Amino acid sequence: MSETTVSRRGMLKTGVAAGAGVALPTIFTASSAAAYTNEPTGSTVTLGFNVPQTGPYADEGADELRAYELAVEHLNGGGDGGMMGTFSSKALQGNGILGKKVEFVTGDTQTKSDAARASAKSMIEKDGAVMITGGSSSGVAIAVQGLCQEAGVIFMAGLTHSNDTTGKDKKANGFRHFFNGYMSGAALAPVLKSLYGDDRKAYHLTADYTWGWTQQESIAAATEALGWETVNNVLTPLAATDFSSYIAPVLNSGADVLVLNHYGGNMVNSLTNAVQFGLREKEVNGKNFEIVVPLFSRLMARGAGENIKNIVGSTNWHWSLQDEGSKAFVKSFGTKYGFPPSQAAHTVYCQTLLYADACERAGTFNPCGVAEALEGFEFDGLGNGPTLYRAEDHQCFKDVLVVKGKENPTSEFDLLEVVEVTPAAQVTYEPDHPMFAGGNLGECNPGA
Amino acid sequence: MFGLNSKDTRLLLIVAALCLFAPFLLNPFPEGSELAQFNAGYPDLMQRFVIFGIFAIGFNILFGLTGYLSFGHAAFLGVGSYSAVWMFKLLGYNVLPGIVLSVIVAGLFSLLIGFISLRRSGIYFSILTLAFAQMSFAMAYSVLTPITNGETGLQVYTDDPQFLMGANSPNVPHLFGLQMNATYKMELGAWLFQFNAGYYLCAIIMLVMFYLAVRIFRSPFGIMLRAVKTNQNRMNFTGLNSRPYTLAAFVISGMYAGLAGGLMASMDPLAGAERMQWTASGEVVLMTILGGAGTLIGPVLGAGFIKYFENIFSKINDSVLHGWFAFLPDGLEDFVVAILHPFVGKGWHLTLGILFMLVVIFLPGGLIEGGQRVARLFRRKKQTPDGKDPEHHPKPAPHVAE
Amino acid sequence: MDAILLQILNGLDKGSAYALIALGLTLIFGTLGVVNFAHGALFMIGAFCAVTLNKILTLSREIVDETRTDFLGNPLKVKVPYVEGWFGPELGAAIIDWSVPLAILFAIPVMIAIGYVMERGLIKHFYKRPHADQILVTFGLAIVLQEVIKYFYGANPIPTGAPDAFRGSFDFGVLLGFDPNVIIYPYWRLVYFVFAAIVIGAVFAFLQFTTFGMVVRAGMADRETVGLLGINIDRRFTIMFGIAAAVAGLAGVMYTPINSPNYHMGMDFLVLSFVVVVVGGMGSLPGAVAAGFLLGVLESFASYSPIKNFFETYLFLPSIDQIIIYLVAIIILLTRPRGLMGRKGVMED
Repeated sequence: MSETTVSRRGMLKTGVAAGAGVALPTIFTASSAAAYTNEPTGSTVTLGFNVPQTGPYADEGADELRAYELAVEHLNGGGDGGMMGTFSSKALQGNGILGKKVEFVTGDTQTKSDAARASAKSMIEKDGAVMITGGSSSGVAIAVQGLCQEAGVIFMAGLTHSNDTTGKDKKANGFRHFFNGYMSGAALAPVLKSLYGDDRKAYHLTADYTWGWTQQESIAAATEALGWETVNNVLTPLAATDFSSYIAPVLNSGADVLVLNHYGGNMVNSLTNAVQFGLREKEVNGKNFEIVVPLFSRLMARGAGENIKNIVGSTNWHWSLQDEGSKAFVKSFGTKYGFPPSQAAHTVYCQTLLYADACERAGTFNPCGVAEALEGFEFDGLGNGPTLYRAEDHQCFKDVLVVKGKENPTSEFDLLEVVEVTPAAQVTYEPDHPMFAGGNLGECNPGA
Repeated sequence: MFGLNSKDTRLLLIVAALCLFAPFLLNPFPEGSELAQFNAGYPDLMQRFVIFGIFAIGFNILFGLTGYLSFGHAAFLGVGSYSAVWMFKLLGYNVLPGIVLSVIVAGLFSLLIGFISLRRSGIYFSILTLAFAQMSFAMAYSVLTPITNGETGLQVYTDDPQFLMGANSPNVPHLFGLQMNATYKMELGAWLFQFNAGYYLCAIIMLVMFYLAVRIFRSPFGIMLRAVKTNQNRMNFTGLNSRPYTLAAFVISGMYAGLAGGLMASMDPLAGAERMQWTASGEVVLMTILGGAGTLIGPVLGAGFIKYFENIFSKINDSVLHGWFAFLPDGLEDFVVAILHPFVGKGWHLTLGILFMLVVIFLPGGLIEGGQRVARLFRRKKQTPDGKDPEHHPKPAPHVAE
Repeated sequence: MDAILLQILNGLDKGSAYALIALGLTLIFGTLGVVNFAHGALFMIGAFCAVTLNKILTLSREIVDETRTDFLGNPLKVKVPYVEGWFGPELGAAIIDWSVPLAILFAIPVMIAIGYVMERGLIKHFYKRPHADQILVTFGLAIVLQEVIKYFYGANPIPTGAPDAFRGSFDFGVLLGFDPNVIIYPYWRLVYFVFAAIVIGAVFAFLQFTTFGMVVRAGMADRETVGLLGINIDRRFTIMFGIAAAVAGLAGVMYTPINSPNYHMGMDFLVLSFVVVVVGGMGSLPGAVAAGFLLGVLESFASYSPIKNFFETYLFLPSIDQIIIYLVAIIILLTRPRGLMGRKGVMED
């Protein structure tokens, strides 16, 4: 939203006065008095939680909303405070943000960039949201991030794993806590080497859109560095529901590892099909055939059922972590809702706290001030160990979990076990790394 | 006036007045009140109302007049959006070249698809258009990513050439300096009204398009199209070749869709591939039928109806519900909230589905019939004869399955 | 050769699902003249019949296991299904294991009832209405059914496995004299194909060889005349609607072990099934079945990477698998005006 030019405003004013007649000039208040978009003037501040509530990722969206509500409760001083107690920064008082009570509005992204932008716009234009957060796919995250940059509000990305979000599509007003495809590759590679050796032939099935490609590129690069060979990479349509015709030829290709660069429903179905075709019982090149799913979450693991057992992949966070932050979060989430939080819930909870904390430290809601407070911010106690919000690309650098499907789950939530916690140093890359090149943060935009 | 009869002039003036005063009409509830949730008078939604209105008006020229049901019109909207954004990337943020190009490109694209698809009629035609649109969507999402930016949607980057961009040109879509997102906010007591430049541009264009549609409906060309709907065989027997007429209608409605796409991109410079998916094509079909196919104003109403639910009902969450019913005793409040919970927020699809069914069951002519029934009720009281307007009573299509 | 055989197998399997859904759509369309956009939802409800039966069978009482703890550190509650309590652990486990095949028995009455209620309660009033109205009302119904399922089961896919005996795969190639490990095929997919063939055969036999079927076929050809002969054709058509719903439902039940069902699977299949029906030709049952298998097999071939690469390198059509179905549909409709076996004058206006 931009400032209206004087002549334009004059013209509109005349038009409106003529049209409306009843409007008295004295009760006009100029909207451009604010220093930045949606400056909160009352006793409350509004945050916009934009998550998928319909469509295939609706369950993830629902879990994100739970975490947001919990975060708001904690920020306003309710509940047990959750990770506010373990967070290394102590700026948050439990009295809202900067003394203003936190309120929120919710919207439905439908996992479509158009709908997500419409929903975010209504939050900004109608509800006066000063920050937008959420989402469960990279396309949506990048689209909404672009919108927030134009509108002059902060965007705290939810679940988005594409390199592009903080690579070629990075924006000064956008921040990502979640990890990305490169990190998945860097964290997985050493574990794959120790589990399956360094002489493997990998067959990739890749979802045919931007996220799939960046993920495949990252994983192939990381595994090839180990000495693995990439036999083939087959692109599969997003709309595909049955992967049998993609999986059937794998056994004949001479490959002994299948990498599934799929997410959500695609991943559940391709993994189910791969197990159906008996790939895991086969021996190729004198080795056990293995399946790798570079990115998965507990919700997806549940959809895949039995098939997920012993499959290795990476994840941003898991509730079984034993650090103080994770324990505090699992406790307050579990007590309120009766089951443990997902990684989507964790990342959005952290994002909300990080935003609130940055406002406190900056002493303002002005996006430029908040961005400055977040850039280069080092913190701990939010579940992933010491973390850096890098200034150059607004990406968080933290430990990445390598997990595998649990052999004997004790409950429907206990599906993954942590194989290794890959330290942040090992997944860190240069800001100008080729997989992230081409982007430009631009200037922070405070709107008005 | 403008070559219209008095009835059509009245309709046009009513639509013009509704557009002009939309910021007031759509914001009936004071800011901060619990009912403010139902306000729709913010720029983005108002823009959507008129843009989808244009889309539906155009679709109705094809479907309402000729009876050809296209299930692929979203493809034209999509290419319109892509062309407009490409203009922003190459030339600069002035919306005019983008809008012009979007109409032209959509026109050419619809000429191609229409030429092929119109070789068949009935459901065979529908499936052909569907197939073309789904192919376009699948390609735009994956293979054509260099042109469409795939999953994310095409957007403007700071390092794009933008040849016509002057040093002082605004960095957002604008029309010769008038920024599309410029909004004048007027606080009137407890009310807040927003007047948005982009909305008024879209509204003016929609009025022109509406006027054009009226002219088409009343022209000999329009009558010819209606003849196609009534009995194409008989028309062909009289020696008339109906194909040029239907193709013209197809291209015109494709251009309307392209215009809508161009305007969407002008209001919000991002073009997502989902715009071309079959669900988007289905949506405009639903808008038209819901409002009243073959009527002039019906499709616009249908468009508004669906967009309102998508944007307003999806935002009502439990805490909003609790806010509304806070005056009730605790137990009762929870009970009412629990009852309403499945229908709002993430359940907005459910409410929409139920309303589709209710409208089509009880108002066979669409929303417009509902309006007419109310109007007739009043008119009967005044004892005036019921003026039958053929446009607002779509003839039931013959039962063709025999 | 082996690769071709493998893709044919995969295609027959996909084709079975398309054919079953398209068959039901054509039955409803041919008998009642109704374009049923809720047919995909019926397929989805069939799948959720299996899920529901599985849920019912695994209804459990909770036993507190003091030796283990849950995620909050409280004693773990272990669930023991009632079925195992009643029939003993072994038989109980076996019943749960066979829940998908058992769901067939559960789904048939449920689906026929749903079909009956749908037809009498809603569709009946739309026979004389334009197709556009039928689309709107059935689309609305599809959304409602879908959202109801989502409300109870969530949006995530729900894994529902095949019985243990049918899990995994076998070496189909060895049976035919190929090298081992060349043509591996999952048991359940074979079951699905055989099942589909039986259902399709049964529907055709029913229409061909029973008096009831004869009347229905006569009604499809000329409803009015059959009515004039004093035959209550409407009643029979209602029953046909129930049968069509059951066919879609059974297709859904058996599909659950192949892919975990979710609430929008119906919509995913709906558009493709419409394409299948139209490519087969409106009003033709054999056409619908043939088109289902044809498109399934072609889709499989297009997904095979050497073929994909061929199209990309020589014909400049990358990702042919994304568009193959639509491309074939266009080609067929342009060369054969009424699809493969369509009758003249059906839905051509």
